[in-house]
Amino acid sequence: MEPAASWHCPTNFDSEPDRVTLAHGEGGRGSREFLRQHILKRFPQVANSMSDAACLTTHQSHLAFTTDSFVVAPLFFPGGDIGKLAVIGTANDLAVSGAKPMWLSLSLIIEEGFSVTVLERILDSIAATAAEVDMTIVTGDTKVVPRGCVDGLFINTSGIGVLLPEHVKHARSLIPGDVILVSGPIGQHGFAVLASREKFEMQSELTSDCGLLWPAVAALHAANIPTKTIRDATRGGMAAVLHEWADACGHSLCIDQNQIPVTSEVRGLSELLGIDPLFVANEGTMLVAVPASVADMALEVLRAVPISRHSQRIGVVEPRQIVPVSVIRTLKRRIPLDEPLGAMLPRIC
Amino acid sequence: MKMLDEFRDPNLAMKLVESIQALAKRRWTIMEVCGGQTHGLLRHGIDEELKDVVELLHGPGCPVCVTPSIAIDHAIKLASQPGFLLATFGDMLRVPGSSISLLHSQAQGANVQMVYSPLDAVKLAQERPGTQVVFLAVGFETTAPATALAVLQADALGLDNFSVLSAHVRVEPAMEAIVKAADCRVNGFLAAGHVCTITGYRSYQVFARRYRTPIVVTGFEPVDLLDGIHRCVQLLEADSPQVVNAYARIATCEGNPNALELLERVFDVGDRAWRGLGLMPNGGLQLKSKYVGYDAVARFGLSNRCEAHAEECQSGAVMSGKILPPQCPHFGSRCTPASPLGAPMVSTEGACSAYYRYTGLGARSHERREIVI
Repeated sequence: MEPAASWHCPTNFDSEPDRVTLAHGEGGRGSREFLRQHILKRFPQVANSMSDAACLTTHQSHLAFTTDSFVVAPLFFPGGDIGKLAVIGTANDLAVSGAKPMWLSLSLIIEEGFSVTVLERILDSIAATAAEVDMTIVTGDTKVVPRGCVDGLFINTSGIGVLLPEHVKHARSLIPGDVILVSGPIGQHGFAVLASREKFEMQSELTSDCGLLWPAVAALHAANIPTKTIRDATRGGMAAVLHEWADACGHSLCIDQNQIPVTSEVRGLSELLGIDPLFVANEGTMLVAVPASVADMALEVLRAVPISRHSQRIGVVEPRQIVPVSVIRTLKRRIPLDEPLGAMLPRIC
Repeated sequence: MKMLDEFRDPNLAMKLVESIQALAKRRWTIMEVCGGQTHGLLRHGIDEELKDVVELLHGPGCPVCVTPSIAIDHAIKLASQPGFLLATFGDMLRVPGSSISLLHSQAQGANVQMVYSPLDAVKLAQERPGTQVVFLAVGFETTAPATALAVLQADALGLDNFSVLSAHVRVEPAMEAIVKAADCRVNGFLAAGHVCTITGYRSYQVFARRYRTPIVVTGFEPVDLLDGIHRCVQLLEADSPQVVNAYARIATCEGNPNALELLERVFDVGDRAWRGLGLMPNGGLQLKSKYVGYDAVARFGLSNRCEAHAEECQSGAVMSGKILPPQCPHFGSRCTPASPLGAPMVSTEGACSAYYRYTGLGARSHERREIVI
């Protein structure tokens, strides 16, 4: 064991390192280093996988297992609510691991004084979403904590899925030449929640992309597309996924800004706040990497599925350069894309 | 958002690049004043694309960067006291004061809340009558009218639990300080389009003539920025120190009369210490004596004396165009976004942050550091 005096947080987020800051939970490098230094080293089995779900082998079938906690504020936002999110988020972690979502656990941590009517609305949403995505809630737990200990309602769900015979590979399988696709417009969820939380008045409603990705993954499988790796671009957005992939495979990734689908609402809010949609969370949008030879076919397959009908080819894997991830911007120049450090904070003017 | 797409058109942008290259008979040095423009220029690689004909220097227009550390220290001090809530813009949160940032103080228990508008802070005060809500007000003439409106609103509501830590600054005195310096290399300015939307640009006409330096009121999209540079090079080549408005879709010569009236009603112009750049005559806005009750410094007996302490951060040299961020010995080594020595490395409008993010120098230094560890 290392002597206590030599301990220091590698993120150096704080002159007082013994504190968790919000930046440690926002996805991106801060989160990744925090996970590595404090959590994963104690749980090497998790560390070995570090993908969206663990692959479990029994004598009969291959399973995927995942867990996620949901603390979104506000609890209701355009396009979803914390209940729908709790089902979809876990289902998507299974789906992008190449597993059909099957069973779900549901844990509720409720603040004392929370409205039962609101709770029931959320539970109805959970039930409806689980039915819609064909998952069965098989176990659960409910805790009520004193006022102030949580913000209304926190939910944890764990999910088990049955893996497809051809597993989605780990990002370390990426090689130069592989093509990167995105399944739809980015930044919808993060900006929809932000706009709803801060009560921005907008001319048109910005809706979260919260939706099940399994049909898109299943379609790729059914079409025999030899998918390299898939990841849903949640916290930290697309930028966080690209950095994780570059880190895992040891190559560089390059995407083209002009190919990335962005709705006018997201574009507008991104301009207003000075936050790049590449860093904003999605809840029903994934990145898919495929060999170049099947990229067009994969795109065609994805576009035939409603959840991924706006899929686009956005980039390629290249031999390693100094910069792990770059973006081709307006003047066709390659500009490095940095990794999100913590929460994206809006600019002043 | 079709309107914005037009100002991002790659073909139009390339045409402007070629036109600037053909026009320039020598290499001109142009300073963009606003930090938002610095980020736009670097994010699209415009500085690199034009480097043979235009050297871009990055000016002092990052409001977070010039906010003195004492303002942040005051904010942390108040936020750490029971019964206080400190509200401010998101971009202020990561900026270090003389020791820690507001984000760090929040992790230590200080009551800090990010808001999008000063009026949100007034609302917080209304909702929490038992809490002293203090708004840390930073920014140029762009954000100051909203602070003025917040003070007037609080006054109309008779709120006794709302106050302002005002660190508002004015653009023009800083431009004047830069151009008056003996070693000034700036041939022309790109003025911040959004500031001119409020202030207008009539006073720049006097400035341009007096200092024989052309000024182009410029927007923020790639085509806007290239158009601004193009017009500035035209003026420089013609030896014509005038003001040209390249952001006419929003900015006008007279500015926004309503916003200017708000500033007039609530603020006086006064001297202000700028972080990194020192005391700026007429460089700040302070609450008029009529509204001194809303001045948190006066209300809570905070010391206004700026403790002179040497900062390792070379933000002053960066923001006055004397050095580019990578020329700072600490850039990417001791100073990174995760561990900043000063504000320009963490602000979304800071020049050092722009170089770290968009030039690949950050990735290089990060790799170097990982190897060292």
